[in-house]
Amino acid sequence: MIQLTDDAIDTQYLLALVQRPEAGAVVLFLGTTRQFTKGRETVQLTYEAYREMAHREIERLETEARRRWSLVECAIVHRLGVVALGEASVAIAVSSSHRDDAFEAGRWLIDTLKETAPIWKQEHWADGSMEWIHPVESTAGREAAE
Amino acid sequence: MRVTVKLFAGARELAARSEIVVELPPGADVGELRAALADSVPQLGPLAQRSMISVNSEYASDASPITEGDEVALIPPVSGG
Repeated sequence: MIQLTDDAIDTQYLLALVQRPEAGAVVLFLGTTRQFTKGRETVQLTYEAYREMAHREIERLETEARRRWSLVECAIVHRLGVVALGEASVAIAVSSSHRDDAFEAGRWLIDTLKETAPIWKQEHWADGSMEWIHPVESTAGREAAE
Repeated sequence: MRVTVKLFAGARELAARSEIVVELPPGADVGELRAALADSVPQLGPLAQRSMISVNSEYASDASPITEGDEVALIPPVSGG
C-alpha cells in the first residue's frame, strides 16, 4: 500500500495491514520532525510533492524491494503539508517470514525514498525564517536517468 | 513547440509561479530545455543546473528527447523522508 496524505499517519492501521500469519517479523520505520538540526531549532516542517510522480516512484521502490527481499507485505506512507515537531512525516512498514528481510528492506526503502522520491521539505526555523531544503549532494534519479 | 514545465519547492518560489511555458525547437532534448529555462528565468539558473528533469513522471537524462504534449517537470534536489 502506497499513500501520500495530508493527514496524520495512522501507524496502528499500517501495522494491521502488514501483520500476517505467514510473517514472523514486522518492522516499522517512522521519520519524525526533529527539533534541532546542527544547532538550529525547527518549529515545524512543510512537505510538498510532485504527487503523481512520487507515487509512481515509491511504487517502483516497493517493486524493487520485493524483488530483492522476500516480503509478505509492504506499506509506505508519506505525509504532505505541515508536520509538527515529533510527528511522523514518513512511515514504512514491512513484514517477512524472518526478520533479516524486513530489516534490510525497510532500511533500503527509506534510504532510497530519501534519494529519489520527488518530495521536498521546507524548514520553518525558530527565528521565523523558512527554507526549502535542496541538498547539494543529492543524486536523485541520476542512476535512473543514465 | 511550447512545453509547460512544472516547478516545485524552492524552484517554484524562485520563479514565483508553479509552471513555466518555454518555446523549444522541434526535436529538442532535455539539455536544451534546461538551458531555455535558465534563459527565461535567470534566478532559476543555479538551482536548475543541479536539478533533474522528469518527462512523463520519469527521470530523464539531458539527451532524452522531448515531444510536444509531454508532461515535464523540474525536480530540484529532493529532501523527503
